[in-house]
Amino acid sequence: MTVATQLERDWQRFTPLKRLSRFAFYLFAALALVISLRTIDVIPEFLYDAPDQMTDLFKRMWPPDPSYIRPTLQGLIETLHIATLGTIIAIGLAVPIGLLAARNVTPNFALNLFAKFVFVTSRSINSLVWALLFVAIFGPGPLAGTLAIAFRSIGFTGKLFAEAMEEANAGSIEALTAAGASRSSTLLLGYWPQIRPAFWSIALFRWDINIRESAVLGIVGAGGVGVALDTALNLLYWDQVAVVLIAIFAVVVLAEIVVTSVRARLL
Amino acid sequence: MSVTDPAAPGPRTAFAPNRLGRLGWIALVVYVIYAGSQLGFSAERFSSGLEHGHRFLVRMFPPSFARWELIYDGILESLQIAVIATFFGILMSLPVGLMAARNLMPAWISWPMRGVIALCRSFHPIIVAILFVKAIGFGALAGVMALVVASVGFISKLFAEAIEEISLKQVEAVRATGAGFLSILIMGVQPQVLPRFIGFATYQLDSNLRNSTMVGIVGGGGIGAALFTAYQRFDFDVVLAILIVIVSLIMVAEIVSGWARRVFQ
Repeated sequence: MTVATQLERDWQRFTPLKRLSRFAFYLFAALALVISLRTIDVIPEFLYDAPDQMTDLFKRMWPPDPSYIRPTLQGLIETLHIATLGTIIAIGLAVPIGLLAARNVTPNFALNLFAKFVFVTSRSINSLVWALLFVAIFGPGPLAGTLAIAFRSIGFTGKLFAEAMEEANAGSIEALTAAGASRSSTLLLGYWPQIRPAFWSIALFRWDINIRESAVLGIVGAGGVGVALDTALNLLYWDQVAVVLIAIFAVVVLAEIVVTSVRARLL
Repeated sequence: MSVTDPAAPGPRTAFAPNRLGRLGWIALVVYVIYAGSQLGFSAERFSSGLEHGHRFLVRMFPPSFARWELIYDGILESLQIAVIATFFGILMSLPVGLMAARNLMPAWISWPMRGVIALCRSFHPIIVAILFVKAIGFGALAGVMALVVASVGFISKLFAEAIEEISLKQVEAVRATGAGFLSILIMGVQPQVLPRFIGFATYQLDSNLRNSTMVGIVGGGGIGAALFTAYQRFDFDVVLAILIVIVSLIMVAEIVSGWARRVFQ
């Protein structure tokens, strides 16, 4: 091949297979969208008065009912406890299962697979469904909510924890093993210092998510500020609903500020 | 002159005990006990719960697919809600995320947009769904709207962050050729953020699918209504059947979206 023919080669950014799979992706996405739009069961008449209904809703919400602040605050404190305790329980359960899932800690394929299966199940079931199940078992109340938050969070925290363990540098761990360290010493002194920043940032991140999630669990009777919301909704006291919504918004924003500042200090 | 040896006094310990850390662990245990008592946890409650749990599990098995056409319709509607909500969510996130990017936009545009994003993100989709059910009535449309709001909150935030992390050299190079604003976006910004954007979008599709199976609990359409009705009628075998279908659907969706992310890597 001469230089000239080499220069005239037709350069392309992607291989044909890549282009084909991209095309397949776009085609698949467009097909899914068109089919969904054509078959979805929507009553267009409902849309005509949507703006009226919206303004009506906000008119009923304003002004918020100050007498409802007290039950809302009580609910909020319960929600904070549910989120925090749920996160703690989740981490307590996720760490041992995460150790089983990390391939460098547990070199056993069957155990890895089992742990991954636990994580996927935990993540695939929505926290509301977990709450429904625990309400059926333990009765309505914050116990069901806490367990729902915990079981829902195991998958998320455990998966990220296992990934952090797998990314740990093997050098210091080999040094400890060579010095005759026991298994628990290796974990505590070899792995733990390496994954500590990741661990705390996973815990904080999940706590932040759990505050949002635990605020709605009361709708199915699992305690927290959602119970106050559900009561107000069922009685159509929209001014009380407004109080709850403002409170949830404030707490979520506050939690995000706390998480960002703590994380900036930790990392 | 002597160099002070930090470990000179006393015997050297390779791993000094972390007293502050231990205090932290004690505080954690105290908090757990306190919060547990505040929420009314008790051993009797637990043991009676285990008994209920046993009966509950017995009634769940075997899962009943006798009303499969109901499950099929619900799942189909959940899928439609998720796909449509993701599409419109992406469509709205593009301008919102772009306007929230602080390196391309002046502060008087980006800060209000960041406020809008924060508002969309702070409410759980279920709460948003309740409000939309009131505004536009029961049905799939309320679920779609609620998930669009959730998608805008999630995708535009990450999209804005992705745009803020791009290399401005390429943007400047395109600008130096005399390109207009739209050309800069298409030739300078888009190639840098597209793979990550597809990543967010597929992740949001997964997330919307999970939530679209839930909005039915508050009247937003999809399989959630069937799930909640079965639960309230104590048809726990139907509940289990629906859960199995939901979990397998989500697993398939995760495989598909993982494939899509690899294609655009």
